[in-house]
Amino acid sequence: MAAIAEITAAPDPVLADDGLKPALFDWLCRMGDNCLILGHRLSEWCGHGPALEEDIALANTALDLIGHTQMWLALAAEVEGKGRSADDLAFLRDAMKFRNAKLVELPSGDMAVTLMREFLFDAWHFEMLTGLTESASPRVAEIAAKALKEVSYHLERSSDLVVRLGDGSDESHRRMQDALNRLWPYAGELFTADKVDEAAAAAGIAPELAALRAAWDKTVGEVLGEATLTLPEIRFDVHQGGKQGRHTEHLGYILAEMQFLQRAYPGAEW
Amino acid sequence: MVNTVAVALPSTDQVWKWLDQVPDPEIPVVSVTELGIIREIRWEGDTLVIAVTPTYSGCPATSVIDLSIEAHLHGQGIGKLRLERRLSPPWTTDWVTPDAREKLRAYGIAPPIDGTAPDGRTAARAARMAGRSNLIVACPRCGSGHTERVSQFGSTPCKAAYRCKDCLEPFDYFKCH
Repeated sequence: MAAIAEITAAPDPVLADDGLKPALFDWLCRMGDNCLILGHRLSEWCGHGPALEEDIALANTALDLIGHTQMWLALAAEVEGKGRSADDLAFLRDAMKFRNAKLVELPSGDMAVTLMREFLFDAWHFEMLTGLTESASPRVAEIAAKALKEVSYHLERSSDLVVRLGDGSDESHRRMQDALNRLWPYAGELFTADKVDEAAAAAGIAPELAALRAAWDKTVGEVLGEATLTLPEIRFDVHQGGKQGRHTEHLGYILAEMQFLQRAYPGAEW
Repeated sequence: MVNTVAVALPSTDQVWKWLDQVPDPEIPVVSVTELGIIREIRWEGDTLVIAVTPTYSGCPATSVIDLSIEAHLHGQGIGKLRLERRLSPPWTTDWVTPDAREKLRAYGIAPPIDGTAPDGRTAARAARMAGRSNLIVACPRCGSGHTERVSQFGSTPCKAAYRCKDCLEPFDYFKCH
């Protein structure tokens, strides 16, 4: 019998607003699913890292993200109020119900793609969480404050490695530039608001996504400059739809692996 | 008329003392109270409520810690117990007690250096120093400050991997968080 501590439920008037619940549920799933899918992608490196220290760092980062997933999806399930748990949401939804951006579901590829994706996401995640610490919802704000401390490490680490590999050997530079070119058109989805994002912003729960852009541009510009990498001359918001449940084919394969156990052995625990 | 039997409940001070004996599962030289993760102990009627805060969000030791607390307090005769997971304010290494820092060092883990938690605003600066740590972490074995960071992450989420360039020993640094 597991003694999992109950989360202290501080009163939160924002979460009790019935009119807001459908949008808020979706929005919380976006936060949780970004963390879950990126965490899963990073965890694929466990045992395959190019060096022991990298292996451990990637697994640790994945672990942080899975921890954030548990907090966001538990809150999503609570807001939904249908008796589902964070695990139910993670393991028993199909791809169309996932709300992560497409950026995080792309295959990890080599270390260049893995680290560049991590960096582009971390830089957004950091600004988003910073904004969320001021959320009108105390529950959202406390999760953000907790996660932000860990994401600060993620951003430092990925910035450091983007510079080292970008401004590294000819081979590492080429790979990092290729990774940036490939990932860039997916980054914009993180900043493109739809009705769900607008509802969360209007209620004071989340910052306006567009408002995060300037700080992200600054971090990305400085780090890529230091890394001697060139911003691609293509739009960064070409690939959209993940947040609304229209995913690439890659997500299905992730779910097949991630959800297999719960689907084959419903309710299995350890 | 119902006969009530007055049962003296242990004081919360007593419970704090009991929890001083519950070790962290990953770093058993320090206790859960020394780590600063026990945020509150109170009685609600005859139920003992203990608020515990996680160190890192995904730390797998969290549920083991909950189980250890439960088992230890049941062993002390506590019947009704509820553990609360408290997220706010988020755990910081500022709450690691001075005694615990010395225990960590003696155990071979360099204790946290206060005030050096990462701040994402420094990402670009950190990147300019790529590959180098801006911290001098003294080797817990020989005391030398001539050390280098091998990885920002170590064997547990709370630690980073370092190496001493004088005594050549690898060691863990308990990160400031």
